[in-house]
Amino acid sequence: MAALSIRTLSKRYANLEVLKGIDLDIESGEFTVLVGPSGCGKSTLLNIVAGLDRPSEGTVEIGGRVVNDIPPKDRDIAMVFQSYALYPSMTVRQNITFGMECRHVPKAEQEKALTNVARLLQIEPLLDRKPSQLSGGQRQRVAMGRALVRDPLLFLFDEPLSNLDAKLRVEMRMEIKRLHQRIGATIVYVTHDQIEAMTMATRIAVMHRGVVQQFADPDTVYRYPANLFVARFMGSPPMNTMPARLEADASGLVAVIGAGRPDEVRLRLQGYDAAAPFVGREVVFGIRPECIAEGSRVFSGDAPIVVNAPVEMVEPTGAETIVLLRLGGESALARITPDIRPTPGTPAAFALDTRRICLFNPETERLIA
Amino acid sequence: MTSAVSTATQPGRPATSEMVRRLPEYLTIWLPLLVSAAHLVSFSLWTIWISFTPSTLVPVSGWVGLRNYTAVLASRNWQIAFDNLLLFGSAFVLLSLVTGLMLAILLDQRIRGENVLRTIFLYPLAVSFVVTGTVWSWLLNPGIGIQKLVHDLGWTSFRFDWLVDRDMAIWTIVIAAVWQSSGFAMALFLAGLRSVDADIIKAAQIDGAGPIRIYRRVILPTLWPITITVVVVQLQFAISAFDLVRALTNGGPGIATQLPALVVYDLMFQRGQLGRGAAAAVLMLLILLAVLLPYAAWRYVQRRRSNHA
Repeated sequence: MAALSIRTLSKRYANLEVLKGIDLDIESGEFTVLVGPSGCGKSTLLNIVAGLDRPSEGTVEIGGRVVNDIPPKDRDIAMVFQSYALYPSMTVRQNITFGMECRHVPKAEQEKALTNVARLLQIEPLLDRKPSQLSGGQRQRVAMGRALVRDPLLFLFDEPLSNLDAKLRVEMRMEIKRLHQRIGATIVYVTHDQIEAMTMATRIAVMHRGVVQQFADPDTVYRYPANLFVARFMGSPPMNTMPARLEADASGLVAVIGAGRPDEVRLRLQGYDAAAPFVGREVVFGIRPECIAEGSRVFSGDAPIVVNAPVEMVEPTGAETIVLLRLGGESALARITPDIRPTPGTPAAFALDTRRICLFNPETERLIA
Repeated sequence: MTSAVSTATQPGRPATSEMVRRLPEYLTIWLPLLVSAAHLVSFSLWTIWISFTPSTLVPVSGWVGLRNYTAVLASRNWQIAFDNLLLFGSAFVLLSLVTGLMLAILLDQRIRGENVLRTIFLYPLAVSFVVTGTVWSWLLNPGIGIQKLVHDLGWTSFRFDWLVDRDMAIWTIVIAAVWQSSGFAMALFLAGLRSVDADIIKAAQIDGAGPIRIYRRVILPTLWPITITVVVVQLQFAISAFDLVRALTNGGPGIATQLPALVVYDLMFQRGQLGRGAAAAVLMLLILLAVLLPYAAWRYVQRRRSNHA
């Protein structure tokens, strides 16, 4: 059963169209992440699902029921906010039970639900404190407790980790994922952080300018980005994209970067038959930084492809070394092993993994193959 | 060697030019501050000294101990003034608080013309107390004001003569003072309401709280620091109220609406009893301190707590 269905949903403010015909179907038990740069409409979409904002057109169904005219409290949802949105004058205990109090749940039942949630989130010692006496991570936990205690059909998370420091964010990320695996809840999670999307989601909806660019599982989004926007948005560092010419010879397709230059790079492509109509034309050539490595690296497959390219800059991160190099005159980032530090200004050998290249149509920016 | 000398003198030079450059700032801040502090402190001390002397028409030296104080405290004039202050102070503070809060909540509903309404409600604050008192004395005068208007409209049994009623006259001061200053309370409350995180209200909506419950349980509890500030500012006004009362009732009918500041004025400038007037003034100062010192202590505790957090 679809836990959440969004049909041809649009939202306009005066002349500004924030959401343009969104269609999404989210299955029960899925962890869906809406990801996109700020202003892409993801938070507006979440607010419309929650009932805090009204769509201009289209419908929202939760658990098979159209909820357009149903107020937030009756939609069987719970929401966790970026600012935590804890009630400042109430204790943690009151914060968690406030919703049940509003729904006139008997005291004994409230107490039982509170105890369960407090144990699940390990916030038992905090129950009598005020939000101002809690750290950021503890506040986030309480905010989640307030959502969990309701046991709703749908959990909505609005950038819940953005206010935490980097270390805590990674911890909470794992904790939310573990929580999802344990209770099997349906979650719609909004973030601008593509790493959060990749690590937590069962499916990712990448949004840009009010349109869902791609809705697929994380591996597909990463490996086969539907268009250039998705390719450049997902992944850190992002996918290298550069113009290239597609040629064909007796044994198949060849992508030529910097065609006609003395340092042009010719890469033989295998399994890219879908790109055949583009032979003789310009395409956008995309290659992930991890597909460019030091010359000695052997990517499994046929004969290794090694090119000599000038190094412009080196960024050691500890776990790996990021190298900015010139590929047929175009800049590209490579991720190489940490113990190799090429000298900037001199050429070095780089191995390329050509099996995971993406080709895009330069006019439509869509993925060709 | 040369370089060592030049580096040694360098720190001195910018400091001097910095002093010169900032001289106007120091002058504009410190000069008025010193002058007003000197006035305030010296005249307060002078008044305290006078209150212990047998001064009547002119200040004289001498020592009468607490005789002026016992005389003032025993006088009917002061007793009525003090009772009036208790009634006026609490009624005025409470009513302006409630009116201000109600106006703020109504304005907070994102209504059209909010800016115009806000200006209208805040405007009385810009009117001098003497003007407020005079205008309300006309409005409340049974012969020419509201009562006359209603009579002329045909309801001839209507009575609204508090201004000349011994028991009710104090309430006319409350009405005028509330009219004057509830806009101020409204402005502070509105700022407080607007500073509540919008997400908190959304969270309460999802939790299923209706508008009344959201105000009562979620929003209003965040306003109590503002409430305390408003109460202290209004109490300060109530204790030192003079011009409003002087223009509206002048303490009358009889001495029914006497307030401490009027007693001081009366003793000092109409009866020629400087010593007793000074004693009454010092008593006023003590009442003011009874309000301000706890407030200062509370502020201190608040600041320490927020520094710890």
